[in-house]
Amino acid sequence: MAVITYIEHTGDRFKKPALDTLSYAREVAALASTTLTVVSIGNVPDAALEELGKYGATRVLKATGEKCNTYDSQAFAGILSAAVEKENAGIIILSGSLSASGLAPRLAVKLNAALVTEVTGLPEINGQQVTVQRNAFSGKAFATVKTNAGVSILTLAPNAFTTVPREEKVEIVPFNSSPANDIPAVIVKETSRETSAVSLPDAERVISGGRGMKGPENWGMLEELATLLGAATACSKPVSDAGWRPHAEHVGQTGITIAPDLYLAVGISGAIQHLAGVSASRVIAVINKDPEAPFFKAADYGIVGDAFEVVPKLIEALKKGD
Amino acid sequence: MKILVCISSVPDTTTKITFTSNNTEFNTSGVQFIINPYDEIALARALEIAEGGDGTVTVIHVGTAEADPVIRKALAMGAANAIRVDAPSRDAFFVSRQIASVAEKEGYDFILCGRESIDYNGAQVGPMISEWMKVPSVSAVKKININEGKALLEREIEGGREIVETSLPFVASCSEGVAEVRIPNMRGIMTARTKPLQVVPAEDVPRLQETASFSVPSARGEVTLIDASEPEKLIQLLREEAKVI
Ligand SMILES: Cc1cc2nc3c(=O)[nH]c(=O)nc-3n(C[C@H](O)[C@H](O)[C@H](O)COP(=O)(O)OP(=O)(O)OC[C@H]3O[C@@H](n4cnc5c(N)ncnc54)[C@H](O)[C@@H]3O)c2cc1C
Ligand SMILES: Nc1ncnc2c1ncn2[C@@H]1O[C@H](COP(=O)(O)O)[C@@H](O)[C@H]1O
Repeated sequence: MAVITYIEHTGDRFKKPALDTLSYAREVAALASTTLTVVSIGNVPDAALEELGKYGATRVLKATGEKCNTYDSQAFAGILSAAVEKENAGIIILSGSLSASGLAPRLAVKLNAALVTEVTGLPEINGQQVTVQRNAFSGKAFATVKTNAGVSILTLAPNAFTTVPREEKVEIVPFNSSPANDIPAVIVKETSRETSAVSLPDAERVISGGRGMKGPENWGMLEELATLLGAATACSKPVSDAGWRPHAEHVGQTGITIAPDLYLAVGISGAIQHLAGVSASRVIAVINKDPEAPFFKAADYGIVGDAFEVVPKLIEALKKGD
Repeated sequence: MKILVCISSVPDTTTKITFTSNNTEFNTSGVQFIINPYDEIALARALEIAEGGDGTVTVIHVGTAEADPVIRKALAMGAANAIRVDAPSRDAFFVSRQIASVAEKEGYDFILCGRESIDYNGAQVGPMISEWMKVPSVSAVKKININEGKALLEREIEGGREIVETSLPFVASCSEGVAEVRIPNMRGIMTARTKPLQVVPAEDVPRLQETASFSVPSARGEVTLIDASEPEKLIQLLREEAKVI
């Protein structure tokens, strides 16, 4: 009963969540005392695949062909299910990326597999049964789930696991599977990417602004602070609703969920729906002029003060200190 | 045009989540249930599309009679009729199979789900339905337009957007932005009472997983407050104590 994982290659590299997922899969294989197979889909250079040894890869199935070059949930689920059969895999590990999330449920139905999404840590493995913790109730709780199926699929919550360095030799095995073309395709017409300096879901530090920032013209100082700290910028829902910031920056229950090392919230009250998206952050710091703001109850560090005075001082301190 | 919208009934977003029976069950006492916020906007978009052409919107829920008030709210918003598959909504595998069975029988032009239910957060039901039915699925959908038997959808991708085209039928999981929330008007609320709500039995599906227990995140320690006159102390603490910068 091997462990299998799919590693996503985005643009020209493997992003941190993809590598963390691989590293997690290696740990799961060790827990199950079994082998790990990594599946790569598309024309990823062999040199890049060999580098995956640093994250615990030993055997890589390299799927190439017509259907492998652009993401399609059906085609990719087809390739993965063929790989699962070939390797006789019992546990499948996927990242929590949008594309992995689109194909995991399809794969579960194809394979009659138990699917657990939003997994927060390593599983316990007992024969075929996998016991694992997942997020539930939008960050307000955890659930412990036990699977009872021949195949279990786990997809990871953001920042659920960080890479454990390894040094393995990688064997690359060409893999030709032409997925059955039984479902009409989704055709991509146009792709556009936002070019922010640090992408929010991957960011280790995040500076976030709320309605307390008063207007879009005041974001300059948050951006400056973010640049100094190597952070991405985010915002509360009313801020993106008002068009002060793009929707892609909206975090919370109805926005994206993040778990950076540092979340610094400026002029955000800390409503329960906002906290749902950020409460898994390692350290939370809050700047708010209202000492009663609920965010202080969910924070590690706080400054009760006016953002328009405090933030420039932080910038000054960062510029002058080393 | 026949449109099916999948509705999940979830605790109001302000609910404080607690558990009973030795942390094995969600404590529903005093909890207000609402239409899952993503499903609410999916329904709003379905109604816009139906009103723009000549369509009817059906809502479906897999669950017990406890969810009937939530289903009536969907009817008040403007859905023409509702179907409830009468069984506790055990997991996504179970729920998706029930919905696929109804959809295979009734034949819809397309099916809308929410991105995820805010209680289970699986983001599973939509793509699972599409795999049971062998139809295309698109997730994280922000815009939907139907034109001459084809759908143009905008979806979120890592760090950007994509416009995709698909044939009908398809399943889309809807995210924020797909439509504005619709508040039912008085007439809607009145007519909702008499609109058809059909209750159908569930079919058997193997149980592939179970939730053994729940827990709540451990509270953070007391907040360390820094005087506003010396914010540089925050930088120092983040650097030396928390070691995050
Ligand atoms: C179904 C549903 C889903 C939702 N989903 C989300 C979600 O995903 N994400 C989200 O963020 N919200 C969400 N909300 C909205 C949420 O309830 C709050 O309304 C929202 O988070 C408030 O945003 P805010 O903190 O920016 O604004 P406010 O609540 O208006 O807070 C502004 C804060 O700024 C402070 N302030 C003002 N001036 C200054 C100053 N000069 N210096 C320092 N501080 C200052 C104030 O003291 C106040 O605490 C949702 C709501 C619902 C009903
Ligand atoms: N019990 C249910 N009945 C009908 N639709 C549901 C049910 N549970 C989930 N859904 C739909 O599937 C979507 C995703 O749910 P989930 O996979 O639980 O995150 C929801 O937004 C609903 O549209």
